[in-house]
Amino acid sequence: MMKTVRIGAAQGFYGDTIEPAVDIAKNGNVDYISFDCLAELTMSILVKDKLKDPTKGYTKDITTSMKALLPYVKEKGIKLLTNAGGINPEGAYEEVVRVAKELGITGLKIAVVTGDNILERISELRDKGVSFKDMETGDSFETVQDKLLFANAYLGVKPIVEALHQGADIVVTGRTTDTAQFLAPLVYEFGWKEDDWDRLAQGILMGHLMECSAQSTGGNFSGNWWDVEDMDRIGYPIAEVKENGDFILTKTETSGGMVNFDTIKEQMLYEIHDPAAYITPDVVANFTTAKLEEIGKNRIFITGTTGSPRPDTLKVVMGYPNGYRGQVIIGYSWPDAVKKVKKAESIIRKQIEQRGIKIEEIMVDYIGHNALHGPTAAPPTEEDGLNEVFMRMAVRTKSYQDAEKFRRLVVPLGLNGPPYGGGLNGVRPRTLLGMWASLVPREFIEDEVKVQVKEVEKIAESSTK
Amino acid sequence: MRKVQLSELSQARSGDKGNSVNVALFAPNEEIYNVFKREVTAEKVKEHFAEFVEGDVIRYEAPNLLALNFLCKEALNGGGSSSLRVDGLGKTFSSNLQRMYIEVEEELLEDLAKN
Repeated sequence: MMKTVRIGAAQGFYGDTIEPAVDIAKNGNVDYISFDCLAELTMSILVKDKLKDPTKGYTKDITTSMKALLPYVKEKGIKLLTNAGGINPEGAYEEVVRVAKELGITGLKIAVVTGDNILERISELRDKGVSFKDMETGDSFETVQDKLLFANAYLGVKPIVEALHQGADIVVTGRTTDTAQFLAPLVYEFGWKEDDWDRLAQGILMGHLMECSAQSTGGNFSGNWWDVEDMDRIGYPIAEVKENGDFILTKTETSGGMVNFDTIKEQMLYEIHDPAAYITPDVVANFTTAKLEEIGKNRIFITGTTGSPRPDTLKVVMGYPNGYRGQVIIGYSWPDAVKKVKKAESIIRKQIEQRGIKIEEIMVDYIGHNALHGPTAAPPTEEDGLNEVFMRMAVRTKSYQDAEKFRRLVVPLGLNGPPYGGGLNGVRPRTLLGMWASLVPREFIEDEVKVQVKEVEKIAESSTK
Repeated sequence: MRKVQLSELSQARSGDKGNSVNVALFAPNEEIYNVFKREVTAEKVKEHFAEFVEGDVIRYEAPNLLALNFLCKEALNGGGSSSLRVDGLGKTFSSNLQRMYIEVEEELLEDLAKN
């Protein structure tokens, strides 16, 4: 019989709930549990953490997820793969070790992958001829080069596979691709060659269906979402993969959710540009050749994805400070809620002018339906208008001070503006981060990628000496 | 021919990548998929999102999923970490596209109602 590798999904982003992964560890009969903790936005959140405290910069919920799952690593031999390292994989690694010691678990081999962070290597790479021009717009790098807060390359499966070969039970990485956490076990277990494009492409599609947790099992489903069973305890996907790359996507019977053609197809195109050419560091996958077949309740069989050679470049995403966002909120109630809120808007706009607050951009949204009058709010009618409207006004400023001055304009409106204003709120200015993406020859990055594997008890011994 | 809102005929999911949004639109059967191909062009999507999507709209086809995938550039006011929008990640672009009306042959709608 052909060997099958079973992989469960844990997190779809930094902050995702861990309960479904615990259910998979208990009831999913899996060999691996893979996390994708790094949504596009996450690196910029983590870099803010690291600026405040250099020991941080990884996803903080790694503590709760490891506490919940480490016992299963020990008891059932489930391996955990995560890119929770973010901006600081070594910090994440230290935290996993700390949790293991706290739980009294020894003998675990934990690997940490570094080398995706190229912030300190920008000049060196420039000297080697890398232009770092923006891959979308072609804009020149000079405008942002001196302001960079982070610069990370998207790594593929290679270092994760290497860590598994070195016997790692847990692999912690920085910016590896979302799909790499899921493809790596297959390359390791089946020994897929690095130019076995079709199998790799099947593995990438599997990873893509797994990386956003419940988005394959009925979460965020736009079809008949009311038919999704027990959304309150929705399960995350499990893949059963054969050596030839064919796989079944399913979930545990103990969890809620729904896996069928309609839920899977939505995830297949999520965050995809050209579905015939999904570019990853490991392969360029063609999702339009894939065939999906419902072979049972909550079981979809997937085959036929084709691949073509991986690119010679890796994508690097960089972030730089790009001004501040100021934000205020105020709501007005019936009657004439819309008229009042528009008046408040015009007052604030005039005051911005009068006080010389420098603003690059202003955005105004009207929000709300029953926030002020609760259950007594009348439903909206054409004659009567909305029962209440909140105004959310956001501005982009170059200086923190201007965003702060803007924030202070809203509260006085409670006494000085139109009647029946409630829920006034100014939010503290937030740093905005601009993102810059470019392509870099892969060998310049891969040559510096390092995999270190350490055993927990040995570290425990050395640290007590 | 009858004017029908896409929400009555489709599934849709959207997601971000930098300052771009993709909106995938799924048809319930092949006949309606062909109608989508005719009616929901990149130009019309660009027009639908006027002043919201500032860049180009590119349409890709995924016939195995009876889906059209629209890549909308410069769509998120700078992208997640830089956007002033409430929905800076473009998660609701899909339902927004489903507000679009298209022309559909009566008999195709009758067939759909039967199934």
